[in-house]
Amino acid sequence: MTEFLQQILNGLIVGSIYSLVALGYTMVYGILQLINFAHGDIVMVGAMTALLASKAIMTAFPELPGAVVLALSVLAAVAVCVPLSLIIERVAYRPLRNAPRLAPLITAIGISLTLQTIVMVIFGRNYHEFPSLVPQQPIEFHGLVISVTQIIILVLSLVCMVCLALLIEKTQMGRMMRATSENPKVASLLGIDTNKVVLMAFGIGAALAGLTGVMLAANYSLVHFYMGFIPGLKAFTAAVLGGIGNVYGAMFGGLILGLVESLGAGYIGPLTNDFLGSHYQDIFAFVVLIAVLTLRPTGLMGERVADRA
Amino acid sequence: MKSVKLSHVLIVLALLVLPPILGTAGGAWVRILDFALLYILLALGLNIVVGFTGLLDLGFIAFYAVGAYLYALLASPHLLEQFAWIRAALPDGFHVSIWVTLPLAGLIAGFCGLLLGAPTLKLRGDYLAIVTLGFGEIVRIFLNNLNAPVNITNGPQGISQIEPLSLFGVSLAGERGVIDLFGLAVPSVLAYYYVLLAIAAVAVVMCYRLVNSRTGRAWKAIREDEIAAKAMGINTRNMKLLAFAMGAAFGGVSGSLFASFQGFVSPESFTLFESIVVLAMVVLGGLGNIRGVVIGAALLAAIPEALRLVVIPIQEAFLGQGNAVIDAEVARQFLYGTAMVGIMLWRPSGLIPGSGAEAKKSSAPVPLSDEVVTPELVTAKP
Repeated sequence: MTEFLQQILNGLIVGSIYSLVALGYTMVYGILQLINFAHGDIVMVGAMTALLASKAIMTAFPELPGAVVLALSVLAAVAVCVPLSLIIERVAYRPLRNAPRLAPLITAIGISLTLQTIVMVIFGRNYHEFPSLVPQQPIEFHGLVISVTQIIILVLSLVCMVCLALLIEKTQMGRMMRATSENPKVASLLGIDTNKVVLMAFGIGAALAGLTGVMLAANYSLVHFYMGFIPGLKAFTAAVLGGIGNVYGAMFGGLILGLVESLGAGYIGPLTNDFLGSHYQDIFAFVVLIAVLTLRPTGLMGERVADRA
Repeated sequence: MKSVKLSHVLIVLALLVLPPILGTAGGAWVRILDFALLYILLALGLNIVVGFTGLLDLGFIAFYAVGAYLYALLASPHLLEQFAWIRAALPDGFHVSIWVTLPLAGLIAGFCGLLLGAPTLKLRGDYLAIVTLGFGEIVRIFLNNLNAPVNITNGPQGISQIEPLSLFGVSLAGERGVIDLFGLAVPSVLAYYYVLLAIAAVAVVMCYRLVNSRTGRAWKAIREDEIAAKAMGINTRNMKLLAFAMGAAFGGVSGSLFASFQGFVSPESFTLFESIVVLAMVVLGGLGNIRGVVIGAALLAAIPEALRLVVIPIQEAFLGQGNAVIDAEVARQFLYGTAMVGIMLWRPSGLIPGSGAEAKKSSAPVPLSDEVVTPELVTAKP
């Protein structure tokens, strides 16, 4: 039973990371119907920036407490990711808004590859160790084990999601976003600056991605130029699972996917008589993706198509 | 063939005569040509799916892997070493003729294409891209892990000792890399070159015949406007499946050729990056433009080799000995990434201009997000 609960807990932690990244995919998709392939690499850029920033801060102010350094690195990651994402939108996606659907998808793949290459040139092909800024000693609670980093991840994700929900439901900006995603043409006729809304979606998505990058780095203590791609793909799966274009769907889908993956990897060995082991963890996301698209392409919460943002 | 132009004759002559001359400078050069031909085959296959039919397939390399592993398993002692009952039944190994393996590789890869396509093709294009990408990763993960408890793929070590192709009883590997052909000493790489060239030529002819057929026109119609194509009576689902399977079959055949040529396969060769490389070739040459795709594939296969020669020396000339920051592999990735972005932004119809109709494809104005709501997506119920 404890093991089961531990798997659930692990699933929630991974799942909340997927949710945050999935929000970036789903907001952009809701408005532009574009899969922003480079989003996962924005996560990676966030992690890499945090690595540089934390090292620089620690050498400049060695007496600062770790949590402050971590918070400053998050700010640095966001400060790099948001402009980067806006530049990408401006350079690679906006000129193609009226092009056939395939075109922006191909530039997105190209951007993803380019970002990876640039980071590879700067940081090399090796894994880098991310400094441990908060106590690494895991906390035990009735047999369940959780680290301080993971508690921070859970709390921060919850805070971010609530803030985003408030932004979308309660503010002028949120109403503009909802209107644009429902019908861009009519929204622009009614005086909404759709370009601004698009930039907003990219900006919020990139800020969340930067934050997630730091979370991933702090949780696994390793950063690498390719670290964003697979989480990005899984987050996209989460967005599809929840019903793409639907922000609440993305939050929900991320958590579900995290749980599926964690429980699946934990129990696939015993279930298949050790024919398949936990190294098949990565295929769960794709199997879920194919299953959802086949059985229920609108996603779990897809019926609220009109209500997406 | 309406009129045989002089330039065509010259190109054919050059393709036939130049490699042996190049071969005198070293087998490595001919080897590059062989790989270029393999990539041309792959790119032609992907072009059917992405270029003609407009379905973005990001897991194309999986079909290549299927073909390669099929050949590898049938032409290496691996299965015999692993399974006693196979050893008991066939003590000498399989030794299947290529007249069986190549079509079989095409068929099985095509069948995999059908299997993958059937549930996903009713979806919109960008979903398909992600699903195929996922499929490609699944295939790679399985290749990596299917060495336990039953060793089928030998995991990350890959399968070695693969027999070379053998045509009419002549093994293309020859003895110590040289084949005695009617008294002529032909290096193995050169023999492969001619075989690959012949197959690539067949593939090019097939593509031209396909694209100018009723099927090809249906594919293009689907690419331009699926709803209109459906309204015109085209069975869009079957046509898309056919394109998918056909492209996959090309991938499977080239995979088999790759395995026989290389003599070794491992999951390393079938990463997502390879899928993207092939896609970059198709994009660079021009989606749906056969001549362009062939030239694009040849260019993108050859340029990295050229980069290998120049990237380090150029940097060292400026930065001093041993200070090069960018190695050839990085330069290659950068080239592929930026090529895809640049081509899409400035020359969406590719470097080599195709027929007029395709060239001006992207000029039609569409609202901010074309078809605001896709019918399939909203109405589809389980």
